[in-house]
Amino acid sequence: MSVLVYLENWEGKFKKNTWEAALYASKTAEMLGTEAIGVTIGDLEDDASKAGQFGINKVLSLKGDDFRQFDANAFGAALNEVAEAQGADTIILSGTFNAKALAPSLAIYAEAALLTNVTALPLSADPFTVKRGVFSSKGFNDLSASASKRVVVFVPNSIGLEESEGGAEVSETSASTGDAPRVSVQEVDRVKGKIPLPEAERVVSGGRGLKGPENWGMLEELAEVLDAGTACSKPVSDMDWRPHSEHVGQTGIAIKPNLYVAIGISGAIQHLAGVSASNTIVVINKDEEAPFFKAADFGIVGDAFEVVPKLTEAIKKFKANN
Amino acid sequence: MKVLVCISHVPDTTSKINFTNNNTEFDKNGVQFVINPYDEFGLTRAVWLKEKQGASVTVLNVGTAETEPTLRKALAIGADEAIRVDAEPTDAFFVAQQIAAVAKEGEYDLIIAGRESIDYNGGQVGGMVAALLKWPFINACVGMEIEGDKASFTREIDGGKEKLSAPLPFVIGGQKGLVEESDLRIPNMRGIMQARKKPLAVKEAVDAEAKTKVGDFAKPEPKGAVTMVDADNMEELVKLLHEKAKVI
Ligand SMILES: Cc1cc2nc3c(=O)[nH]c(=O)nc-3n(C[C@H](O)[C@H](O)[C@H](O)COP(=O)(O)OP(=O)(O)OC[C@H]3O[C@@H](n4cnc5c(N)ncnc54)[C@H](O)[C@@H]3O)c2cc1C
Ligand SMILES: Nc1ncnc2c1ncn2[C@@H]1O[C@H](COP(=O)(O)O)[C@@H](O)[C@H]1O
Repeated sequence: MSVLVYLENWEGKFKKNTWEAALYASKTAEMLGTEAIGVTIGDLEDDASKAGQFGINKVLSLKGDDFRQFDANAFGAALNEVAEAQGADTIILSGTFNAKALAPSLAIYAEAALLTNVTALPLSADPFTVKRGVFSSKGFNDLSASASKRVVVFVPNSIGLEESEGGAEVSETSASTGDAPRVSVQEVDRVKGKIPLPEAERVVSGGRGLKGPENWGMLEELAEVLDAGTACSKPVSDMDWRPHSEHVGQTGIAIKPNLYVAIGISGAIQHLAGVSASNTIVVINKDEEAPFFKAADFGIVGDAFEVVPKLTEAIKKFKANN
Repeated sequence: MKVLVCISHVPDTTSKINFTNNNTEFDKNGVQFVINPYDEFGLTRAVWLKEKQGASVTVLNVGTAETEPTLRKALAIGADEAIRVDAEPTDAFFVAQQIAAVAKEGEYDLIIAGRESIDYNGGQVGGMVAALLKWPFINACVGMEIEGDKASFTREIDGGKEKLSAPLPFVIGGQKGLVEESDLRIPNMRGIMQARKKPLAVKEAVDAEAKTKVGDFAKPEPKGAVTMVDADNMEELVKLLHEKAKVI
């Protein structure tokens, strides 16, 4: 029984995210004493053989008209068919928007246990058990599969990346997309040159303390020198200072970056619910009593309008010297 | 047009989370339960479809009798009738089987679920229902317009948005954007009075077996004390982030 991993691409390109999934799968396969096989869906620009650097020796590609547009049922059905053909009982996905949409249908077609919001490598092989986040990062839970197959969706940035040498053999395969009616995509509107939030390794986030949308320039500069994505608190997106897609927290996106810099955000329980899983949290707030300091690793009491430009300068200097 | 809105019954967002029975169960003591926030947006959109397009709206929960106040609240907000499938919602697969059975029997035209429940953050039920019924599934749905037997949607994708369309019947995993926060309805006195008279049917569960088994719970490791850095010494912060936290 092998492990299958979905190597997602965006307009033909792979991301770090993809390779984290590859590594997650090869480490899981190692634990299960088997091999991990990659699957790509859609036309590729990048070279899928790079999966070899993350322990995957074989990649199968699904191409053609059926796979040009995302559809949850169609992609789930096709992945299940490939898994069956490869004798895979464990299927790994990184929790992107599309993976989260297709994982439930994949689990239904495979008659597999679906384990989502997983935050670490599997804990044990028998019973197959994972650690998952519950109650919006206010708790963790060990969840076991009671079916013989399982679909695992892990939270991006859960294990990070380690590269080694190697190249995977890439070949085409085919699979049917099932018989459910499909959605038809009319328009895709992706913000160019921005790091999408769930996968961003570093995130700079602003709250109501920034006073207005016109003040986001300094925050974006900081994000740029840090190579970070940008986020915001809920009131900020409610007031349309920033797009809703940047809203993090209990009712927004939950993220798990290595570094989260919170600027002018008070640290309400609902905000923390979406960000407290971050590895390192820096809080900049002019009020030393702000609750966010209790959840922070590093805190700076000060006016964001003075502190943020200084921090940006300091990072620039650091980068120039390193 | 018959709309089925799935409602999960979850701890209020301000709840302190504790575990009991040797950390094998969530401690409900003192916790206030509410309509899952994601489902509130879907429910309001459904009530809008009722008012503007003559839809009928059924709300559905798979749960024990303790969820009935939550269903009554949904009725007070404007749903026409409620169904409770009387069972402990052991896992998403079990719940999805129940919802699919209700959907088949009731011949609904669309199912509105939420993107995820804020208790177990699974994000599974909607997509499973869609797969069981072989209906299109639109997740992270932030816009939905229905015209005749077709619908158009906007959904969130990594780093942006996508516009798409699908035939009825379909399932969405909804969230804010379906309606704006300021449009969310709060039950008023009249709604609450009417809700008392609206039908709330209790159904027996269909046979289905959970595919997962819940083990121990734990709270996150408490953070070590925060290291304060002087606002005039950002070089120090950068040094700490590089040497200690190793994030830059
Ligand atoms: C059901 C529900 C769900 C919710 N979901 C979410 C969610 O998902 N995400 C979310 O974020 N919130 C959510 N909230 C809202 C949450 O409760 C808080 O209201 C919100 O997070 C506060 O946003 P804020 O910190 O930006 O603003 P505020 O609370 O107004 O805080 C602003 C902070 O900025 C500081 N400040 C002001 N000026 C400066 C300056 N010049 N320099 C530095 N600091 C300064 C202040 O000291 C203050 O701490 C939810 C609420 C409810 C009821
Ligand atoms: N017990 C339940 N009864 C009815 N609907 C549910 C139940 N659990 C989940 N749902 C629906 O499925 C969505 C996703 O839930 P989940 O998969 O639990 O994260 C929720 O927003 C609800 O719309």
